[in-house]
Amino acid sequence: MNAQALLELADDELILGWRNSEWTGIAPLLEEDVAFSSIAQNEIGHARALYELAARELGTTADELAFDRSPEEYRCSKLVQLRLVPDWASTVARHCIYERADQARIEALKEAGDAEVAGLAAKIDREEAYHRMHAEMWSVRLKNEPRFTAALAELEPLFDERDEHLPELTELWEEMTMVRRSLAGATW
Amino acid sequence: MVTERQVWEALGEIPDPEIPVISLVDLGVIRSVDVSGEQVRIEFTPTFLGCPALEVMRDAMTERIAALGAKPDVQVITDDSWSTDRITPAGREKLRAGGLAPPTPRANGGPQLVQLQSNAFRCPYCGSRDTALENIFGPTPCRSVRYCRSCRQPFEQFKTL
Repeated sequence: MNAQALLELADDELILGWRNSEWTGIAPLLEEDVAFSSIAQNEIGHARALYELAARELGTTADELAFDRSPEEYRCSKLVQLRLVPDWASTVARHCIYERADQARIEALKEAGDAEVAGLAAKIDREEAYHRMHAEMWSVRLKNEPRFTAALAELEPLFDERDEHLPELTELWEEMTMVRRSLAGATW
Repeated sequence: MVTERQVWEALGEIPDPEIPVISLVDLGVIRSVDVSGEQVRIEFTPTFLGCPALEVMRDAMTERIAALGAKPDVQVITDDSWSTDRITPAGREKLRAGGLAPPTPRANGGPQLVQLQSNAFRCPYCGSRDTALENIFGPTPCRSVRYCRSCRQPFEQFKTL
């Protein structure tokens, strides 16, 4: 399996996990506070497992892949880079777009010739089923809400944009790697 | 010399760190135990990949096996071999008695939203099927939150995975 393809998926899941966690404590509904925090935890868990597979192929570690690369080296989509707080309609739109696109990608990985990658993809897919149901529930609820439909149209093309990064990825990276950079080489 | 049976018994005494009413063996996460002389190799699968209890479980197993006088080698396997169908019948009953509704059996193709919104789920307290989905997500990744209209209590439902 191509480590770069694993990194693309892992980077998407890590960065989206961070973005989703930005709703912890401030979502418009308490239930969504719980939901987005839980989804964030799952996405970061997927990123960790994917980085571990990629790390073995690249001769490094999952932590180094997650935190020791420069922002330009990440392969994540522009869709997940956006900082959307406090725009709830756009956040739900991103969630719907991402889960649909991610499903197609995971399905393809389940058929991968590499048994470890296929097995991990199948495990990830079991968890993602709940993210998709959550997205489906919201897309029904907001289907006639103009702010939601406008956001869907605006964000949809961003999923495939990976070559250039948004400045807000660098800002997120600064925050995400701050502790690790403060004590380079420390073991915890 | 440690036997495979002693190892399973020792593992059966380790509670799940987040759901202590059930053991790791009841949870079905121990995929295999392989005893070879002093070496004990254990393969175990996480329930959810982001489960923060993963390291705690691994350390608890390592400690127990070492206490038997053997050399533990605990491997985390992140493949698709665990599902909630692997929770033992005894484990399911312990979950229910502990107030956590056990998962429904995994149907072909996995869970669907329409099913979560149906009356296929029983309240662990009063047994009524008149329950409603409150939140797909809950206090840990493996749980949803439902509400029982009969005894008017919220309860946690183990997700079918």
